[in-house]
Amino acid sequence: MLLTLTTTHRPATDLGYLLVKHPGKVHSFGVPTGTAYVLYPEADDDRCTAALLLDVDPQLLRAHRDAFELSQYVNDRPYAASSLLSSALAKVFRTALRGVSKDRPELAGSAIPLEIRVPVLRGTPDLVTRLFAPLGWSVTATPIPFEPEIGGDSRYVDLTLTGEVRLADALNHLYVLLPVLDDGKHYWVAPDEIEKLLRSGEGWLAAHPEKVLIARRYLAHRRSLATTALQLLEADQPVTEEEAELPVARRAPLAEQRRDAVVAALTEVGAARVLDLGCGGGALLAALVKNRAFTEIVGADVATRSLDQAARKLKIERLGDRVRLIQTALTYRDDRLRGFDAAVLMEVIEHVDLPRLPALESAVFGHAKPRAVIVTTPNVEYNVHYEGLTGMRHSDHRFEWTRAEFAGWASRTADEYGYTVTIRGVGEHDEVTGAPTQLALFRTQEVSA
Amino acid sequence: MILDVPELSLVALVGISGSGKSTFARARFKPTQVLSSDYFRGLVADDENDQSASGDAFDVLHYVAGKRLAAGRLTVVDATNLQSHARAGLVKVAREHDVLPVAIVLDVPESVAWERTEAREDRTFGRQVLTRMHRDLRRSLNQLAKEGFRKIHVLRGVDEIAAAEIRYEKLFNDRKDEHGPFDIVGDIHGCRAELEALLTKLGWALIRDERDRPVDAVHPEGRKAVFVGDLVDRGPDSPGVLRLVMGMVAAGNAICVPGNHEQKLARKLNGRNVQLTHGLPETLEQLEAEDPAFVAEVRTFIDGLVSHYVLDDGKLVVAHAGLKEAYHGRASGRVRSFALYGETTGETDEYGLPVRYPWARDYRGSAAVVYGHVPTPQPEWINNTICLDTGCVFGGALTALRWPSREIVAVPAAKEYYAPVRPFAAVAAKPEQGLDIADVIGRRHIDYGYGQTTVPAENAAAALEVMGRFSVDPETLVWLPPTMAPCTSSTVEGYLEHPSSAFADLRSAGVDRVVCEEKHMGSRAVVRVSTSGAGDAIWTRTGRPFFGPELDEPLLARVRAAVTPILAELETDWLLLDAELLPWSAKAGSLIRDHYAGVGAAGRSALPAALSVLERVAGRGLDVGTLRDRLELRAAEIDGYSAAYRSYVKPTDGLAGVTLAPFVFLAGAGVSYAKKDHDWHLALADRLVAADPEIFTPTRRMVVDLADPASEAAATEWWLTLTGAGGEGMVVKPWAGLAAVDGKGRLVQPGVKCRGREYLRIIYGPEYTRPEQLDRLRQRNLGRKRSLALREHGLGLAALDRLAEGAPAWRVHELVFAILAAESEPVDPRL
Repeated sequence: MLLTLTTTHRPATDLGYLLVKHPGKVHSFGVPTGTAYVLYPEADDDRCTAALLLDVDPQLLRAHRDAFELSQYVNDRPYAASSLLSSALAKVFRTALRGVSKDRPELAGSAIPLEIRVPVLRGTPDLVTRLFAPLGWSVTATPIPFEPEIGGDSRYVDLTLTGEVRLADALNHLYVLLPVLDDGKHYWVAPDEIEKLLRSGEGWLAAHPEKVLIARRYLAHRRSLATTALQLLEADQPVTEEEAELPVARRAPLAEQRRDAVVAALTEVGAARVLDLGCGGGALLAALVKNRAFTEIVGADVATRSLDQAARKLKIERLGDRVRLIQTALTYRDDRLRGFDAAVLMEVIEHVDLPRLPALESAVFGHAKPRAVIVTTPNVEYNVHYEGLTGMRHSDHRFEWTRAEFAGWASRTADEYGYTVTIRGVGEHDEVTGAPTQLALFRTQEVSA
Repeated sequence: MILDVPELSLVALVGISGSGKSTFARARFKPTQVLSSDYFRGLVADDENDQSASGDAFDVLHYVAGKRLAAGRLTVVDATNLQSHARAGLVKVAREHDVLPVAIVLDVPESVAWERTEAREDRTFGRQVLTRMHRDLRRSLNQLAKEGFRKIHVLRGVDEIAAAEIRYEKLFNDRKDEHGPFDIVGDIHGCRAELEALLTKLGWALIRDERDRPVDAVHPEGRKAVFVGDLVDRGPDSPGVLRLVMGMVAAGNAICVPGNHEQKLARKLNGRNVQLTHGLPETLEQLEAEDPAFVAEVRTFIDGLVSHYVLDDGKLVVAHAGLKEAYHGRASGRVRSFALYGETTGETDEYGLPVRYPWARDYRGSAAVVYGHVPTPQPEWINNTICLDTGCVFGGALTALRWPSREIVAVPAAKEYYAPVRPFAAVAAKPEQGLDIADVIGRRHIDYGYGQTTVPAENAAAALEVMGRFSVDPETLVWLPPTMAPCTSSTVEGYLEHPSSAFADLRSAGVDRVVCEEKHMGSRAVVRVSTSGAGDAIWTRTGRPFFGPELDEPLLARVRAAVTPILAELETDWLLLDAELLPWSAKAGSLIRDHYAGVGAAGRSALPAALSVLERVAGRGLDVGTLRDRLELRAAEIDGYSAAYRSYVKPTDGLAGVTLAPFVFLAGAGVSYAKKDHDWHLALADRLVAADPEIFTPTRRMVVDLADPASEAAATEWWLTLTGAGGEGMVVKPWAGLAAVDGKGRLVQPGVKCRGREYLRIIYGPEYTRPEQLDRLRQRNLGRKRSLALREHGLGLAALDRLAEGAPAWRVHELVFAILAAESEPVDPRL
């Protein structure tokens, strides 16, 4: 992987002083993932280019990886610019990054004409531009195409940045933004990374319009670290996890309104022993726990990762017998789910393939048979209000229903299993499209009679 | 003195300290059968005489006793058992496991006991303690029966104790030594004519009395009849049925269990007040006409009936209303009640009849359970249980099951003798649909016939996630392809895998003839097609639907059309095919773009850019020689790598360009084709290709005689040509087929793969052919992969076997689930 730095500041060979690397030599440095070279393909008074070339040794790289990962042997690490390159940059150009120069102290403090090229970098032209343009660079990012047999563009760009920028700033931009674009750090991101980010981002990150994205990606999506970093940058809180896939405007409130509506429905039916089927990371469970009317709460999910997450979120060990988490799949019947007052399927059914839905109905309404069932699902008619949303609201949604489709399903299911059902909207009601979420409350006939 | 003790019982020894209980037990029972309170006190308190630990000690003792009884093991409790609360705990444990509590009382003179106590250093209590114990013993003697002990043996004095011998008696329900063959007859309800007709149809010769009434029947082949009860009520001639059945039972030609109707009749005959409903009045009226002596015989007969029988080495259980596994061979009030009436949920249906607990749905036992009680239109096996009540008296039929052949024989009712409360046909005989999660989750041990395996709970959890979120209907998913191991790493220069190793592997497994099949580089696909199209599906190696219904359906329709003549020929209405769907890009398009081609695109851009920098650096007179050489080699390697994946990318548009290469015909209705050789499979595959060359791709192959070096050399040449033209490689399979075994009868690998040199670049990286890398890769460990492949193969074969036997869905599913769970094992995915 490669990057080149060119200046036309005269004398251009001063670049060698700033980088502390003599243009007349081939410099090589051992780094943990291979060998880094600094070389000058051109060096005269008008124009001088320094190249940082990292020759990655796949064997050294492998030592860092999970032995059973398929990408251990076939990956783009030797070719694309990434955190490997920025680590090498930090090591090789340490002095220049700090903005100091023994030989050319003034020059180190001044903006000079620079052209930077990174021939292979993960990213879309749009994202690359959003990251570099606010820093004063003029950006040319050309997507790298696949071979004609495959067609289309790969996820890499060939990037050229030009601008009048202090060399140290340019290097800091690259140091932070290369791994941000690559979005796959090669090492464990520890809390001290916050400090590195803030140090390298000094003077530009706080005002950067994409600082949230930069902080998250730089800190390898460790939310707590990103939050801390952003607080330190006096930033706003980031949006919540759940609906991160949706366009920004109106959603944090919707998730909350949905939970409130579900809790209200549970209260309405007087449920004390409650099942949260498809509990995910435990967002609803957390709300249920707060309400003492719910004396027995069981969260069930098919994903063990979600259950672990829910256990952590709820600090389940403190809750005693009142809350239990179990793994189940709603397409099987499960005796452990029998005998409850109410079951909640909050944003669950749309994750089940339509042909498999009858199995879920049989398992929940036919076998588990709680006195009440509360089902929420998106109202697809409302999707027109989500600007920029193409397709469904979540990549794992197998279907999204109109109000008529949901009502039809609900009444058929109620009939088949001896329930009565009422449907209501949740969230901001729109005259034409209805509310974003639809909720069905099923009650066994004996109960509602 | 002989002490009769039921084979399965909880025996409580009762006696004061020093009465010799432990000595008595030691001489007559196995050490593991005896649970001594002293020992358990020691376990929990490090001191056998620490009376303060008794509470905990008995908790543990009861727990162990419960585990033993649940497993059907005789258990003896060596404790003083002098106080009723102590004995109540034992009676409770016995009842919980439906075994009989037995008391053996050792009554020795207090003086003898005192003498023994004084001789023991660890016993420090005074004589007054012994006196008190003795008083308790006296008081206990007449309480034991009231407390629930079903057998009480009292041994008086040292000599009688020493002379006592234990004799085991079988439970009444234990007829395991009877092997039949049996003709098991469903609910008769006074339909004597139909019973005569059925017995005649089954080949029985009726014996009649002077008034021409049948009083016995014999079968020329020595068969034995088994009646599941409900002989009487509602029908026209209950006395006639009783006369015949009683005669057959008395003559040893039949066995009979009581039904709830006999039970109620006996209560009436014994003078109890019962409701005269459900056809009882008809029976009483008919009995009026009989000789009172006959009625007395009926009473004795019914009183003597045992509520269920375990027959034929435990392979067959007969009870009127069925019996759950935990109750087989047990004796208690609730076992009897279950056998007579079944278990109800406490609810009633729209006709006011009790809703029955679907015990058969949850039945997982290995014994077949045959029963009656609930009229059902057709007898149907449900989890190894079958109901033979086909509502003869309601105008249905009288049905018999022949055992062990499991053949069903029935005669229709002459007419409707009695109108059913609930429409006969409306009875939902089918169990609730779907699979039970309890059959797949948690740590499970599976004996699948070809071997045994334990599915760790975490693998089951991972499989459940895939099965729950992504798979096709698990009841459709009757088989998953096993993983396949590569051949032993080759030592041939420049090669990691080479035919010579593949042949050597199979030769050493005792295989002498193999078929080398071209390994198609696409996506594994299992296809089920049928004449009707119902339940047809195509799924991936992890059980997911292929493309989605909009493409899967037309693809299945094409396959169905081509397969139809073969279905007729094989006399099956459906077939299960193992195939590869081509091209790879059809299903794996995004994987290729995001991963393989992405790496190619990055490499093909980065390396020339770096080389051009080096060129200019060199142009300035600097030495970059070795670095440039290295990068040039890399550039060549990335080109080779790109060419490798590119050859599996073909344009497709919808189904256009998509083909299937079938290579194994796994199963059809009632049959597994695992024993067919690969010539058979491939000949059928060729016929599909001939029928529809657009949708089917042929599999090129070569049969190789492993004893003939020339044959091997030709196959090696063939492989080199195949892989040289961009082929993935080949799979070398035992020619004999999927069920091929070695000399010791053990399954051998169903195939080993031998992948081409260029193909492996997309697995091991562009530069894997460098000598130092090859040397390292040759050290790869294949053991785990091989054992996994063999286990998955065995599970898959067993699933096909069970499917062919018509096993319940959960029995097939547990195996398929285990295959999916096995895929969670940490095995190098590049193998």
